[in-house]
Amino acid sequence: MTTAPLDKTMPLGRVKLSHTAVFWIGFCAVMAVLIVAPLVLPEFWRRFLTEILIWGLLAMSSDLLIGYTGMISFGHSAFFGLGMYGAAAALLIVSPANLWLAILFGLAGAAAAALFVAYFSTRLRDIYFAITTLIFSQIFYVIIFTWTPVTGGENGLIFTRPHLSIPFLYDARFTSSTMHWFVLAIVAASYLFLRRVTQSPFGMVLQSIRENEARTRAIGYPVQLYKIVAVMLSGLFAGLAGVLYAVQNQFAAPDFVYFITSGDTVIFNVLGGIGTLVGPIVGAGFFQLMRELLSRLFGDQFPYLIPLGLVFIVMIIFLPQGLLGFARRWLNR
Amino acid sequence: MDAVSHFLHAIPVDLIIIQTVNGIVTGMILALIASGLTLIFGIMDVVNFAHGELFMLGAYIGVVVIASTGSFWLALVISSLVVAILGAALQVATLRPLIGRDPLNTILVTFGISLVLQNFALWNFGPVARKIPEPISSSFTLFYLQYPWYRILIAVLSAAIIGGFWLFLKYSRFGVWIRATTQDRVMAQAMGIPVPLVYTGVFALGAAMAAASGVLFAPLVGVNHTMGLDWVLKAFIVVVVGGMGNLGGSIAAAIFISLLEAYATIWVDPSQAVIVSFVVLILTLLFRPTGLFVPTPK
Repeated sequence: MTTAPLDKTMPLGRVKLSHTAVFWIGFCAVMAVLIVAPLVLPEFWRRFLTEILIWGLLAMSSDLLIGYTGMISFGHSAFFGLGMYGAAAALLIVSPANLWLAILFGLAGAAAAALFVAYFSTRLRDIYFAITTLIFSQIFYVIIFTWTPVTGGENGLIFTRPHLSIPFLYDARFTSSTMHWFVLAIVAASYLFLRRVTQSPFGMVLQSIRENEARTRAIGYPVQLYKIVAVMLSGLFAGLAGVLYAVQNQFAAPDFVYFITSGDTVIFNVLGGIGTLVGPIVGAGFFQLMRELLSRLFGDQFPYLIPLGLVFIVMIIFLPQGLLGFARRWLNR
Repeated sequence: MDAVSHFLHAIPVDLIIIQTVNGIVTGMILALIASGLTLIFGIMDVVNFAHGELFMLGAYIGVVVIASTGSFWLALVISSLVVAILGAALQVATLRPLIGRDPLNTILVTFGISLVLQNFALWNFGPVARKIPEPISSSFTLFYLQYPWYRILIAVLSAAIIGGFWLFLKYSRFGVWIRATTQDRVMAQAMGIPVPLVYTGVFALGAAMAAASGVLFAPLVGVNHTMGLDWVLKAFIVVVVGGMGNLGGSIAAAIFISLLEAYATIWVDPSQAVIVSFVVLILTLLFRPTGLFVPTPK
């Protein structure tokens, strides 16, 4: 994954491997490392890695909009948060708590939010889109924050973690390792799915909207419809990340619907490299690691967002492609 | 007939008048913030995400100056000047390299700036809200309330600053440059107008206006590091509803939205009244995406 040859084949010793083979070998290698990781890592870092994967999924979902469709969403906290609260609803209402029902409810919540946001904000482009997604996410925040009887208001909701159950096959409590593998499986499947989407004809249209919206429309594609589907798809995966986060941490809080979460999502994308899908996961990892490192070095009160914000600004000016930008073309083939 | 007169009696006239005054006061503050934002957008296609943080920093510098000199008016002037210089420096350091790139980069960079400034304020001044005393403490009777004159003064001062700014745009040499650059950047450059300087100047001006409104508004609510986001959101709504880059429209929209929110607080909690402005935004986007207060495009 570290080298990015642009030619069709890559000489590896004397054998010539096709791009597809190299991609899958790389994918399997990374997966192998991530699968083994919880067996070697201590408890704290195990959870840390799981959270990075969840944030990575959120950032990856937003990359579909930022990197492939050219629309910056500052409202992904709404989808993430609705996924969280949807899962919370399923876990609190239905007993015994069911993991798959939580996912279903979370996805339904995120889809509803995404439909609402998509319908209105795709009428606008560029910065207007960014601003309206931000404002819409604030609507959801205000509703969740003030509707105390249902959402728990400022305190949020607390619930117990469901069992990891596969009907007729497996049913056990989550341990931090199985949690990690479960999250990893979902994130990896989401990555492969989103990668497939971006390479499908649908994804090509999205990229042509990014490159030249007027021309795409002139060719005859219903641009707004494509954008609505893109926002919905992105919202669904953000909701999925929300569900995972809720299951991992056993609570849903209004803080996660707040703008800060959306802002972090954008930062992950820019740091890791937009338009690569894996970049945002790397960005999320980099961000969380730096944060951990800085607060260990300088104490909990250290405003880690000042150095990270400066890095972010410098990256936009000098390295707008992000950390994985050099591999962008290779990853998208 | 009885029902009608009962309904008319149920309208709280006194509350509505009080809220009209409140709405106009906050509307003028908002107009002051939004006019800087819309000007920056109109001239350089930059959505300044850090505008709320400039407002917040302005208020904090006001707190510091008042603590050391005791003069509110000195604080207003010094804070505007300091933030104007900061704004100019930020523009030169971060936005100037982005000229000619996708405008989406500017929203990202200003978002980064807002993060840094907000956390700087938190780090430097702590999470506890600071208070600025009102410079004049007299009040007049409005129904059952003792309404402070200071609030009226805020509205008047904001109007004066906006009016002065308008005269500056209309008659000064730099103002003519600004208007020329807004209309046609390339042509303005060809005519010898130093466009990069105009950009920096406009950013500094917008920053100064944000800082001034921060100091003016601080006595009403107290100063903390998160106050920027609420206001920049409101200002964004105002700017979209008023029509991006349209100064008059922004001012009208600021007052319109603040009045609506003020009336809404008669019946609902202030934190929910924000939804009214969100609804106005949605309706605007649905029916008049170019803005409520601009002539219908042909």
